[in-house]
Amino acid sequence: MTTTTAIRVRGLRKAYAGVTAVDGLDLDVAHGEVFALLGPNGAGKTTTVEILEGYRRRDVGEVSVLGADPARPDAGWRARIGIVLQSSGGHDELSVGELVHHFAGYYPDARDPDEVIASVGLDEKRGTRARHLSGGQRRRLDVALGILGNPALLFLDEPTTGFDPEARREFWALISSLADGGTTIILTTHYLDEAEHLADRVGVITAGRVVALDTPDRLGGRDQDRAVVRWIDDGRPHTEHTSEPTALIARLAQRLGGEVPGLTVSRPTLEDVYLRLIGEPATPTTSIETLEPAP
Amino acid sequence: MTTPTLRSGERRIARRKATPPRIAVSRAVLELKSYFRERDSVIFSFLFPIIMLGLFSVVFGGGEDTFSDAPGGGIDFARYFLPGMLASGIMLVSFQTLAISLAIEREDGTLKRLRGTPMPPVAYFLGKVGMILVVGLSQIALLLAVAALAFGVEPPTEPAKWLTFAWCYVLGTAGGTVLGIAYSSVPRSAKSASAVVVGPLIVLQFISGVFFVFNDLPSWLQNIASVFPLKWLAQGMRSVFLPDRFEQVEVSGSWQHGQTVLILSLWLIVGLVICVRRFRWQRRDDG
Repeated sequence: MTTTTAIRVRGLRKAYAGVTAVDGLDLDVAHGEVFALLGPNGAGKTTTVEILEGYRRRDVGEVSVLGADPARPDAGWRARIGIVLQSSGGHDELSVGELVHHFAGYYPDARDPDEVIASVGLDEKRGTRARHLSGGQRRRLDVALGILGNPALLFLDEPTTGFDPEARREFWALISSLADGGTTIILTTHYLDEAEHLADRVGVITAGRVVALDTPDRLGGRDQDRAVVRWIDDGRPHTEHTSEPTALIARLAQRLGGEVPGLTVSRPTLEDVYLRLIGEPATPTTSIETLEPAP
Repeated sequence: MTTPTLRSGERRIARRKATPPRIAVSRAVLELKSYFRERDSVIFSFLFPIIMLGLFSVVFGGGEDTFSDAPGGGIDFARYFLPGMLASGIMLVSFQTLAISLAIEREDGTLKRLRGTPMPPVAYFLGKVGMILVVGLSQIALLLAVAALAFGVEPPTEPAKWLTFAWCYVLGTAGGTVLGIAYSSVPRSAKSASAVVVGPLIVLQFISGVFFVFNDLPSWLQNIASVFPLKWLAQGMRSVFLPDRFEQVEVSGSWQHGQTVLILSLWLIVGLVICVRRFRWQRRDDG
């Protein structure tokens, strides 16, 4: 069952009652890669991911996940994938410790349950019933159960929704350590900073198709985009879009005799690129087309 | 909170192999913990049959014996009522508990999460069966104890009667369990589950000789009730707990053990087939 890619999708289609959710999607994810799937609600992200997880049947297309067809999942295959679903619930009357220890019994190659509980920061909540956990703690329990089986491939469907910034940073560190250990990770998220921080590559889905696919710093030609240089001259702010920011700054420094007041150089953020890709009106920072005359 | 560090395969516990029987036992333990921790529901489902027994004995007992025209004289109503309450308790514990709890587990994502693990489905169902067997037996033990202590109903002493009790209990519980699992897909949501499950069950109790003497029902209602398992389970329990001479009082003039086994088994098979073919791990609107 050894293949070069962890996930291979060709021409995937799925419709619900005549409404197309996934419309000819192609995707390759390499072993050990952290891949983020972005897209607006209703773009087909969850449908795609749940087909890969074995929850939904596809209409058409070739899908291979860890060398097997997820439409015919067996226990051995399920033991090699970890799933953190978008919605979590159930098992209300059981404690964190009981649940994690119990679920560990499902896997042939489970991690140490206590170590997993500690790794998601629930050490102090070990004896707390799921019913009494906060939303963020509950999500971390989901993650604990997802990584418990020591999966080769981990699906994370909007894992940090409802986290505070500190919890999100801790979660990122956890995911990075899993990735460093060689786990392939498929992540869907609405947080672009999360995708930028964690993902090796990002795929943007709209209307059931992948419209852009690249590393976070190159997505949608982001690295080719012109830089925005801002500075202050004669007490007035100046803005210039240029593909040669270094030359511009050198000229400015020469003309102004040293430090350039209020100098900033920025590239479009991942969010700017993303919004452009999904056809939303871009944020004001990049829509400024009123170029100040260059000196 | 500690800084999270976790590397694949860094430290693992050498554990025993995850075999389906082991997982089934582990599931049963987990189900029992969950069940007994819902304290309010436990108290009500354990008290309900006892209160009903007490209530009916007071209301219909009134010093006069039931079936006073029976050969050899009538019996106290509490004694007549006990078998029906036992049969009804078996159906409530198996069918009602499972149909409602599964509808909830399907809605809140418990089942979906389990489906995403290598847990063998059979271990899940066996865990439910194990939970039902333990809960059912403890309810019956409590009801028998209360009946003996408070109402002076002596449990039978003959081993043959207890053998009848055993197969009635096993067939009734197994059938109720699989039918409950199958029926759990009928409610459209967890919210409607209670009404959709409890309503038909109450009607069934009224026509199956649980709350009323079966003989008093019009024959067309008796015929309808004879299609369903509860009537047969109640009749089987009467054969265990009523004096032998009451066999003549039955509508058919017999305990009909053969037919009881047949019909309870048929329902068990029907339930199993539906479970295997139709069981859903996700909500209808989800996949």
